[in-house]
Amino acid sequence: MESTIVRAENYNSYFGDNHVVKDVNISINKNEVIAVMGPSGCGKTTFLRGINRMHELIPGATSKGKILLDGENVYDMNAIYVRAKIGMVFQRPNPFPNLSIYENVIAGYLLNGIKVSKADKDVIVERSLTSAALWKEVKDSLHKKGTFLSGGQQQRLCIARAIAMQPELILFDEPTSALDPISTSSVEQLFHELKANYTLIIVTHNMQQAARVSDRTAFFYMGELVEFDDTKQMFTAPADQRTQNYITGRFS
Amino acid sequence: MSALLVIIIIGVLITLIIESLPSIKALGIGFLWGKVWDPVQNIYGAYPFLVGTLLTSFIALIISIPFSYAISIYLGEYNPKGWLSDLLKNTIELIAAVPSIIYGFWGLFVLVPLVRTLEMKIGVAPYGIGVFTSSLILAVMIIPYASSLGITLIRMTPSPLKEAAYGLGATRYEVIRKVIMPYTRSGLFAGILLSLGRALGETMAVTMLIGNTSAVADSIKNAIFGPGNTMASVIANEFTEADHTEYLSALIELGLVLFFVTVVINLIGKRIITKFTNN
Amino acid sequence: MEAKIGFRNTKSVIFKSIVVFFAFVITLPLIIILIYIIKQGITQVNWHFLTNVPAPVGEKGGGILNALWGSFLMVMVAAVVAIPVGMMAGIYLSENSRTRLAYYSGLCVDILQGVPSIVVGIVVYFWIVKPLGTFSALSGSFALAIMMLPIVIRSTEQTLRLLPDSLKEAALSLGVPYHRVILKVIVPCGFAGILSGITLSIARVIGETAPLLFTAFGNPYLSSSLTKPMESLPHLIFTYATSPYDDWHNLAWGASFILLMFVLILNIVTKVITRKWKVQL
Repeated sequence: MESTIVRAENYNSYFGDNHVVKDVNISINKNEVIAVMGPSGCGKTTFLRGINRMHELIPGATSKGKILLDGENVYDMNAIYVRAKIGMVFQRPNPFPNLSIYENVIAGYLLNGIKVSKADKDVIVERSLTSAALWKEVKDSLHKKGTFLSGGQQQRLCIARAIAMQPELILFDEPTSALDPISTSSVEQLFHELKANYTLIIVTHNMQQAARVSDRTAFFYMGELVEFDDTKQMFTAPADQRTQNYITGRFS
Repeated sequence: MSALLVIIIIGVLITLIIESLPSIKALGIGFLWGKVWDPVQNIYGAYPFLVGTLLTSFIALIISIPFSYAISIYLGEYNPKGWLSDLLKNTIELIAAVPSIIYGFWGLFVLVPLVRTLEMKIGVAPYGIGVFTSSLILAVMIIPYASSLGITLIRMTPSPLKEAAYGLGATRYEVIRKVIMPYTRSGLFAGILLSLGRALGETMAVTMLIGNTSAVADSIKNAIFGPGNTMASVIANEFTEADHTEYLSALIELGLVLFFVTVVINLIGKRIITKFTNN
Repeated sequence: MEAKIGFRNTKSVIFKSIVVFFAFVITLPLIIILIYIIKQGITQVNWHFLTNVPAPVGEKGGGILNALWGSFLMVMVAAVVAIPVGMMAGIYLSENSRTRLAYYSGLCVDILQGVPSIVVGIVVYFWIVKPLGTFSALSGSFALAIMMLPIVIRSTEQTLRLLPDSLKEAALSLGVPYHRVILKVIVPCGFAGILSGITLSIARVIGETAPLLFTAFGNPYLSSSLTKPMESLPHLIFTYATSPYDDWHNLAWGASFILLMFVLILNIVTKVITRKWKVQL
């Protein structure tokens, strides 16, 4: 039986008076890969960042409604705890330039001052880098700074860093839009592998990517969740005219 | 913590005002154009020092402008990268790094005799020290301020603008004169203001070279080639000798005037720069 | 048309030559001054010079120990005050650009940067010297600290501003509380810039004389007391250079050489820091 891991109930986001995400209701199950797509400015990234409470860090940004993680409203929990429980990978790879690859992976523990034994640290680093399909490439340069890595490798490092915190849910904000095609496909391959242990929500600007990697797809338009369905269904026989217009390229 | 800053500045202002109050009360606004400075008789007029300050600063500024502009244009347009450009840039920064006391010391022993010889040649009283000598050393000292700003601004001139001119067949000189200069004009002006602000506040080198005379000169020639005093130098020289309240208070009032003038000029300069860089 | 182009081209070349001339000729005074100071001063410097206080007028020998120690002590105390305050203010300004406090603080930093050093001396005289009843190293340090503040603040602020937001976001998304993000990610990444601002401010204040004229005042003896007058390198140079005694002039040349070397070394160190430790973003 599938269980819901995250659910939004009447969720709204604002930038000041600007109503950017309008009354979203969506329910996502464990170990699903969900793609969130839509034209520029449709609110998909804002919605994503509302899940792990990154949205409110912007001055003037507010939200209403509930986001339930395993049944608990994240807006009733400690924001910092929420962010530690949910992993996030950003559009531009952003490994910490002052830390080595090793330190980057366990950055979540390091920066929070969480004491972990050296043996445990090694285990976490190896496990996370393996899950991110980066271990073989960097295992001999763990203590170097990650600046020599390619864009795709840096992004996988960021994924490893997120995984190291053992989240159940990982959010991706256009994770391959800054990468070249080869790196993009290596990251997309990763989504397939990560699915076994994590739930992934991926905001993407690229329709074909949504079609390639996800089980279900959500289509946002002008702040509203227009349609949320099985990916195959969405792309072959969408229910809403707006979805149809988007996938046929009427607007992007 | 930054609240501390605000407190400091307000404190500076208040202290200066409070301490100059006795003098302000006694002498009123006439202080600014009183021509006599005679502590013994308790007569205080700021005019000689205003003249001295303005003369040294403006002469220094005028002397320094061609050099500042040349450096800005050379390093901003002709040769922005490369070892020679780095070398020149570092040298200019070094000029700003040398403490003013060292400029003053050197000036006293090397420049003064030279100026003395010059003065003898042109038939002026050969003091050696004086406003002119101070202006010379001041000119060198303030060049880095206008030029480093100028370099940044000139480099910021958008390429499309220059390319449009080249495309129409303009020579390098014409592009500089007719495109870059007008574009950076306000910014360069701000650089000059900053140089001026630096010149106005300079104390040590000027104190050592200006001759420390608090009388107003009787002719322009003597004003420039003879000894004088600036607001900063008279404070430096006489502060510790001021033995009665009115004397001290008058000196502090000079400090207040100096404070206002330099701060206003610097703020105007900075404001122009922010406006320029925000465009 | 062709004749005109030739003329215009010549004008352009002439202009360039003039510019190059003016740009490079200005290095001459600097080189002359540096060579002169080095020549006059280096002969003065020996072990005796560095380890003794000045001899009374008329006696040969003597050194600048009191000034060396005084400068060192006062700059250290000034740094201890100015660095934390400056860094915190710089961090605050880089993180909050829209609050009113940020606007006014920024304005005050600009004002402070433009205040002539002699005015700082006047003010500190009234704040510390008069209440304490004596000239003191403490007041000198305080005046120097005030002069260091704008440089430290601006360089901290600018360095941190240049860091991309994505750095902060990455840390925040891992569930790191804000203060730790600043202390453990932002500041370490900006370390090179902040440190170079510090060394630059030190290079600036060790050569400052005017603020010390009526605060630390000067002292012919070696002193380590913060509440007594203290000699400093630039002040010694000023007093001895303007004195009528040749012996004292010699001391001043030696001191100038030492001061110059310190300033040069600090500036080189600043450049090296910026180059070597700058974090690759």
